[in-house]
Amino acid sequence: MYAQMVQSEATQDDPEKLAAFQARIDAGEKIEPKDWMPEGYRKTLIRQIGQHAHSEIVGQLPEGNWITRAPTLERKAILLAKVQDEAGHGLYLYCAAETMGVSRDELTEMLLDGRMKYSSIFNYPTLNWADIGAVGWLVDGAAIMNQVPLQRTSFGPYSRAMIRICKEESFHARQGFDAIRKMAEGTPAQKKMAQDAVNRLWFPALMMFGPSDKDSVHSAQSMAWKIKINTNDELRQKFVDQTVPQIEFLGLDLPDPTIKWNEERGHYDYSDPDWSEFFEVIKGNGPCNVDRLAARNKAWDDGAWVRDGLLAHAKKKAARQHAAE
Amino acid sequence: MTREDAFSQFLLRMGDNTLVLGHRVSEWCGHAPVLEEDIALANTALDLIGQTQMWLGLAGEVQGGSKTADDLAFLRDAWDFRNVLLCEVPNGDFGRTLMRQFLFDAWHSIQLGRLMKSSDERVAAIAEKASKEVAYHLERSADTVVGLGDGTEESRRRMQEALDYLWPYVGEMFQSDEVDAEMVKAGIAPDPASLREEYDALVSRILGDATLTIPESSFAHKGGRTGAMHTEHLGHLLTQMQWLQRAYPGAKW
Repeated sequence: MYAQMVQSEATQDDPEKLAAFQARIDAGEKIEPKDWMPEGYRKTLIRQIGQHAHSEIVGQLPEGNWITRAPTLERKAILLAKVQDEAGHGLYLYCAAETMGVSRDELTEMLLDGRMKYSSIFNYPTLNWADIGAVGWLVDGAAIMNQVPLQRTSFGPYSRAMIRICKEESFHARQGFDAIRKMAEGTPAQKKMAQDAVNRLWFPALMMFGPSDKDSVHSAQSMAWKIKINTNDELRQKFVDQTVPQIEFLGLDLPDPTIKWNEERGHYDYSDPDWSEFFEVIKGNGPCNVDRLAARNKAWDDGAWVRDGLLAHAKKKAARQHAAE
Repeated sequence: MTREDAFSQFLLRMGDNTLVLGHRVSEWCGHAPVLEEDIALANTALDLIGQTQMWLGLAGEVQGGSKTADDLAFLRDAWDFRNVLLCEVPNGDFGRTLMRQFLFDAWHSIQLGRLMKSSDERVAAIAEKASKEVAYHLERSADTVVGLGDGTEESRRRMQEALDYLWPYVGEMFQSDEVDAEMVKAGIAPDPASLREEYDALVSRILGDATLTIPESSFAHKGGRTGAMHTEHLGHLLTQMQWLQRAYPGAKW
């Protein structure tokens, strides 16, 4: 889940129009950019889609951290393909957000000056090669949990972007599992890397679903609008239930000693992540927040002359064409 | 030098060019000036790494089959690398990266065009596949060089600086030695010097459109494709690229 704690906007529109809008959503109709929509729906979605797009962009950094050290040509190629996909997802999502009347440059500026967030997970470091497997398997795996239901979200462009993204994400999760499986079945040193990766990334992956339902204040309106389909805790439980047997299959120790099958509930019991750590990361105090944002700002600032140059050239070219006609 | 030795050297030259340049381009991941460029750079790097798998895979085969493409990429020291120096110089700014790409792509596309007619079917098949990718690389790098050369005052200045820095590395791509003579005799690959005229015509046209001036000096650094003397930069690149394979010998990844 790449959007966390998206604040939903109160809406002060005409009650009749609101009721008609809600009826369309309840009937399962898709809302398209030119349709009437409540201001709160528009603002909330811009925030949610924007945060998701930013996560794809910032998410290039922890994976890019290992591209130049990938241990085989094939792993390097797979990782490059994956990071290229992520950047492509960013592009579709910015396009989906742009249909609501906000430009990609405006969204980028809000990311760069800290007004908009990206997923907390990308503020954690990738420290050994097994992290790259774990990111694909756990992080993309957690993202898929949220994105699969979002294929049915009420906003047409967002839903269509999700359908496309989900296809690629499931490939990412599979390649991640394959990469970490190689490590878990490898030499003692490789197995140690795999265990270290799972231990470090488990709780941050659980945080991706956002705070516990009892502390999640923004859910009700977003769920009514079908821009959020399941609650945070539902998705988190589903993720735990799916992932625990995979950890066991890999022969790795569970990263949380309290994990236990609960016959009565038909689910695994598990411990919540340290929510105070989560809120610190959201506030900017995660291990990598400052460096990630600095890297994005540097890329943007260093690239200004390139964007200006290409724009100036496009204008000259258009003027020359115009003069020739 | 036997035919096999020469063939193996030739294949290492092709594969090391794409390996080292692909590595350099991949260093950009997440740091490009605009999202479309992040995608394009990753895509270029990906193509080059894919081509490396084919060239070095064939090199291993020609050497007797005991070495894989990965063995060649990750377990040779700098003096065994056969890429031209142009591919290993650091990225610099985005302008230098794209100028380097253009100067290489222009050679690469002409070279692959000739290799498609190679007497060795395996070489011809790799060249055919790679040439489709490289046609796109060249189109994009040429467009970007023109766009930035004929852009703002600053972008033009930076592109001219990039060209001035990189031009002395161009000549090496056209130097011939006994390996090339052997390849020409076998009909496997063209004489590098024979590509120069077509290259100069292409490069002058694009750099002219980019309003840039080709340096007058024809001085050329050399030593990469023979392995006689690489730059200081290659060793650093290899310390990163080869680290896991070197630190954990024998592990399967």
